[in-house]
Formats: sequence, C-alpha cells, structure tokens
Amino acid sequence: MMKRMMMALLVLSLCLGPAMAADKEIKVGFVYVSPVGDAGYSYAHDLGRKAIDGKDGVTTAFVEAVPEGPDSERVILNMARKNFDLIFATSYGYMDPMLKVAAKFPDTVFMHCSGFKTAPNMGNYFGRIYQARYLTGMVAGRMTKSNTLGYVAAFPIPEVIRGINAFTLGAQAVNPDVTVRVVWTKTWYDPATEKEAAKSLLDAGADVIAQHQDSPGPQEAAQERGVYSIGYNSDMSAFAPKAHLVAAVWNWGPFYQEMADAVKNGTWKTGAYWYGMDKGIVDISPINDAVPEAARAEVAAKKAALVDGSFEPFTGEIQDQSGAVRIPEGKSATDAELLGMDWFVQGVVGSTQ
Amino acid sequence: MSWWDMLVPLLAAAVQSGTPILYATLGEIFTERSGVLNLGVEGMMIVGAFAAFLTAKWTGSPVLGFLAGGCFGAALGAVHGLVCIGFNGNQVVSGLALTILGIGLADYMGTPFIGQSAPGFDPVPFPVLSDIPGAGVVLFHHDLLVYFSYGIPVVMWFFFRYTRWGLRLRSVGEYPHAAAAAGLNVSRFRWAGVLVGGFLSGLGGAYLSLAYTHLWTSGLTAGRGWIAVALVIFAFWHPGRAVVGAYFFGGVMAFQFRLQATGTHIPSSLLLMLPYALTILVLVFSSWRGRDQRAPAQLGVNVEPSE
Repeated sequence: MMKRMMMALLVLSLCLGPAMAADKEIKVGFVYVSPVGDAGYSYAHDLGRKAIDGKDGVTTAFVEAVPEGPDSERVILNMARKNFDLIFATSYGYMDPMLKVAAKFPDTVFMHCSGFKTAPNMGNYFGRIYQARYLTGMVAGRMTKSNTLGYVAAFPIPEVIRGINAFTLGAQAVNPDVTVRVVWTKTWYDPATEKEAAKSLLDAGADVIAQHQDSPGPQEAAQERGVYSIGYNSDMSAFAPKAHLVAAVWNWGPFYQEMADAVKNGTWKTGAYWYGMDKGIVDISPINDAVPEAARAEVAAKKAALVDGSFEPFTGEIQDQSGAVRIPEGKSATDAELLGMDWFVQGVVGSTQ
Repeated sequence: MSWWDMLVPLLAAAVQSGTPILYATLGEIFTERSGVLNLGVEGMMIVGAFAAFLTAKWTGSPVLGFLAGGCFGAALGAVHGLVCIGFNGNQVVSGLALTILGIGLADYMGTPFIGQSAPGFDPVPFPVLSDIPGAGVVLFHHDLLVYFSYGIPVVMWFFFRYTRWGLRLRSVGEYPHAAAAAGLNVSRFRWAGVLVGGFLSGLGGAYLSLAYTHLWTSGLTAGRGWIAVALVIFAFWHPGRAVVGAYFFGGVMAFQFRLQATGTHIPSSLLLMLPYALTILVLVFSSWRGRDQRAPAQLGVNVEPSE
C-alpha cells in the first residue's frame, strides 16, 4: 500500500515537474557569523533575508553563530547537499570554505560577503558602507564642540580603515578643524571592552563617538557622559536615545531580491558585486532631533549626490597622515585602491597597526 | 591637559574595570582558603552575569538581579562541591569542566537575549565623600556595586583574622586532618568555602551585565575569570592584596586604551597585550619576593570523609 502511494506520488510529480518550472521555487540559505539578536551586522543580513522570504516562490533558511573556518565548511556543505539553490555566507572567514564547497556543487549558486575570491558558480558581494560613513561624519563634524571625534575601531583591516577615513573626510568637509582619534579594540563584539575604549576617547576630549563593532557598548558610554554617538550596522538609537545622532546602516533586502530573481530566471552571473547608496544597499538611519535643520539639509543634499553618482567621497586631493598626496587632485580612488586601503587620511590621530 | 587631569579619570576607570575581577578574586580566595581549588571561576561568572541580566529584565529590579547572579554562581559552585567534596573527584578537572559547562549553559540559554538590555545600576556620586578632590572622583563617582565591593575585603580580612569561624575555615585549608581531629566537620567548612566563593564570582559576573554594561551577549566575561584565578596567587590569598591586583589589571587595561587615544605609534597589538603581559610579570616578581608566603597547605587535596 505504502509502496503504491509512493509510486503514485512519483508519477504525479513527474507529470507536474515541467509545469512547475515556469513558476520555479528556490531555496535560499544564509550563514551568519554571530547570533541574529536585536541589532548589528547579522541582524541586518537577517532583515534582508526576511524581506525575500515567502515571496515569489522563495523560501529561506539560516544558520547563526557559525564560527569561521572548518565548521563553516560543514554548514555550507550541508546546505548544498539539501539542494539549496542559492547560499549567502556573510562573513569574511567563510571565503575559502565556501570556495571548496562551490567546486563540488556546480549547479548551486554561492555568494560570499566581504571577500575577493570568485568561481564560475561563486560570486562575492559587499556594500559601499563608507558612503554612509561619510554622511555620518558630516553630522558628527557639525555637532562636535571640542572638534575632537572618537572612533572605537575593530581590527586594522582595509574595511575598517576605509570607514574611519570616510568618516573623517565627511567631518572635515563641514568642519575643517576636526580631528578623529582612533582606538583599536581587536574585537567585533565585546561590550565591556568596547565601552572602556569609548571612555578612554571621551577622557581624551572627544565629544562624538563613532564605532565599528556590533555592540552598543560605545553608545552607552556616550549616553552616560551626556555627549553624542554615531551607530553602525543597524539603528542603535534604542540603546542611547539621547546620544545616538545617526547610524550607517545596511539594507540588504533589495540586493538579496535581485540575486534570488537572477538565480530563478537563470540570469545570474558570477563577479564582484559592490553596490553603494545608488542601489539602496547602504543608507543612514533617521537623524536625531538634536541635529539642526541646516545640517540635515546639508546631509540630504550630499546623499542625493551619492545616489545620482555625482559625488564620490574618496576624490582628491587627499593626503595621508604624513602629508603625502595619496589621491591626486580631481582623481577618485579605484576600487582596488579602496579595497587595499592601509593608510589614514590627514586629521586622523592614531596608528593603522 | 595636565597630568592630573589625565591621571584622575584613569584611576577612576581602573577601579571600574577592576571591580568585576575583584569580586571574583575575593570569591576564589575564600574558596581556596578552605582548601578547595576551583578553576571554574570563568564559568560561575558568566552564569552569574546571565542570571543577573535575566532576573533584572523580568522583575525590573537590578538588586534582585544582582542577588540572583550571586545565587546562580553559588549553584554552579555547588556542582564543584558535589564532585570534589561529595565524591572526592579531581578538583582541577572538575573546575575546568565547570568553566566549559558555565560558558555553554550561558550561551545556550542566552542566545535569544543577545543584544537586549536590562535595567541596571548607574553611577551615583557618594554623598560627601565624592567631593574630596581627586580621590572623590576616583573612588566615589561609581555605581552602588562598586561601593558594595569596597566592604567585602574588609569584612573578609576581619573574618579570617579575628573570628573563630574564619580561623576554623583556614585550618581546614591548612591541615584538614588536625581540624577533623579537633572535632571540626571538614566537609561542611569546605562546602561553605565553595558556596561563598561561587556567590562572589557570580556577583562579579552580575557586575558586568548590570553595571559595566547594561546588556547581555555571549562571552561577556571574556576571560576575566581566569585573570581572577591568577590574581589569587598574586594576592597570596590575602583580600587586601586582591584589591591592589584587581585595580592594577583594570588600570593597565584602561591605560593602554588612553595611550592609543593620544595617537601613539606603538602598534595596538602590543598595547592590548600589556595588561596580560604585565600581570604575568608582576606575578613572577611577587612570587619571587614573597617566597615565604604560600598557598593554603592542603589546597586542592581532597579529604576522605571521616566516619
């Protein structure tokens, strides 16, 4: 009896198969490096996942808190074996494990976030968050009274350095006297350490604190001292309603939609996708009421210029800390230069090591 | 900015970042004085941190949260007591297992709460004393839990030195057989040592999730429990020296961030190593200087329950 039913199902599915192809269903998997939680980097990716889940035949699944390295290979492999059509791995350390798995599953599409390696069926992607950082720098530059901004930085890698530079350039654009002090914590998420680092910047005279890590520790420190803060990844205003001026935020939904559609229609191509504000991948959160109207208008105008492509933050002349010209007058940094950035612009106080 | 304006906030930060370590170090001193070595401080701290966070979140009362942190730290300590005092298990192995268990438990239970915040303790200037120039800012512009921690070493010192029960507890750690012959119930004293130690370690964890930050995340303790274990040796099992050790570690941690903020060109990797490297150095130096000081004689040695 059981056998006959199975047979009937099999025949049925064979008949329906071709008919379903027109309205294909795809399974999309996500791998996150940290727990999703209520805020932060993985939370932002998960908002993107939720935006496509259940729409137009897309079903999604995710695995959170996957350590970079061998464990991630197992997780990605498992998803590929379960016939996921498209897999997003959202942390740098997943790059080589994903590359290995991609070689074994040529019919599955793999997308790796924040890396640089590709394969015929594996692309990489990221967002130009530095554009949003530039805008948050403008807000900070307008709101500081001491002309000293503090930046609680994670690890000295190009991604973080680029963010600090863009923030500094944005602040200098509205307030040439600004300096940005940098403290490295060598952590991505350690609220106690990051809060301590923020306090040391406050003691050094900073009155606006920006950060790269996921935790709201620096926001808390700013709120307690009655000064201002700039968030990252997602809107952090809930943690420091008075201090939080604005945040540079990710908005992955449109990108994940585009990739899912491309895979479904068979139009997906490998490559490096590095989208910016023009595609809505990066943005800024709503600005605190404490920021004057003139400053908001200024930021809105710059944002419009970023969106229509008439402005690019890393356009010369830009000097490094020693005063050497790194980007000549009238030239914009190439993507390769941006991705390998290992120097601070003038006005940053701190070491890139 | 004068050196005074730099020094005062630095010392204040030293007190604050030293406080969770101070609680845990005092707890471990108490446990080890009874002859039980408990390497599970890190585990008890993080369980305490999570229990404190969750209790404060659910009840809205930071004080209840603080107490819950201590109680759950003690509860985890009771596991160690059961293994080592109840069943004569190996104290080192049990302690290590306790760390793994504690971190695992807190991670597992805590995942749904990551990034959420709970009501906690905010800085309250201490009446009158906070107006003392310099010292007032360093010592008396903190939260209630810091003030509370000032009292513990004093009480503990008095207890060990001037009370009958303190003497008995020490004798159980030094020479349990003689203590037993004198009619003391060794197991009972060691149980007290483990539970009080676990309670204080739990309070140290609670400090992290209720006062230092007001939120929960996995791995909140970030190795502070191990620093506490090392500081017990540095302190030669004396509560007073634990204060020096904890604030010294906190101070170096705060100092290296401040050095970075001045724009120094010393690589941050070296600076971040500083608190740990200096702790080891001081440990070596003080052990060499204090050769006549020593651990409780029967530390880590189980005693067969007498008939």
